[in-house]
Amino acid sequence: MDLFEIIFYFFAAIVLVSALVVVLSKNIMYSAFSLLFTFFGVAGLFVLLNADFVGITQIMVYVGGILVLIIFGVMITTKVTGVDIKEGISGKLQYAGAGIITLLTAIFLSLMFINGKWITGSSTDVHATIHQIGTLLMTKYILAFEAAAILLLIAFIGAALIGRRKA
Amino acid sequence: MNEIPQGYYLLLAGVLFTIGTIGVLTRRNAIIIFMSIELMLNSVNLTLVAFSSFFGDSSGQIFVFFVMAIAAAEAAVGLAIVLALFRLKKTIYVDEANILKY
Repeated sequence: MDLFEIIFYFFAAIVLVSALVVVLSKNIMYSAFSLLFTFFGVAGLFVLLNADFVGITQIMVYVGGILVLIIFGVMITTKVTGVDIKEGISGKLQYAGAGIITLLTAIFLSLMFINGKWITGSSTDVHATIHQIGTLLMTKYILAFEAAAILLLIAFIGAALIGRRKA
Repeated sequence: MNEIPQGYYLLLAGVLFTIGTIGVLTRRNAIIIFMSIELMLNSVNLTLVAFSSFFGDSSGQIFVFFVMAIAAAEAAVGLAIVLALFRLKKTIYVDEANILKY
């Protein structure tokens, strides 16, 4: 077992365990904090896949932006009391349906990933990706880049409008 | 260099997506549903980066940036909606926001 495998299994274990804690934990604050570990684990896997810039962006956008927003949301709305999971017969029915759908999703994804004839290129040697990404964003994908910028502006104006207190 | 087979990354992403599906389908708290959606988006990003890295083409990583931009917009708008719902009905459980149902 060489270094690459050890690092891969380490990050994979972090991602899976903390994702399970996010989904199954009773305390919503524990969920928010283990989401942090999931994001860091996925960033580590990105770096392991030679995508260093994407990994850094993952940490900056998800951990620095989205997670802080989510923790603010948790702290503002945390006064609610009650059971987070439905009880009674409709809760049981919902669990059964969720189990079936989840199982089907898992089987479908596994079959697709195992049986697919995925094309792998020949040039997988290590090189820095920032230069290529910058060139592609400014030439081939410039229209999508500008559209994403406008979409972000509209979304943030809309979020401020929805979230503000009525005067 | 990288001796981990591509299938391992894809299988990990599939399991992560499935965990996110469980969260979206079973929880009632809107914020936990958000977190599960972020998990699913992250697993898709992992798939895209894995394909991009093994194919030797950076275009897949461009796609990841757009997914991240959409995720940021979705988190901002979604949390604003959750705040408005909490201010209006004092709850963030999605099955209690049923005023349009009857």
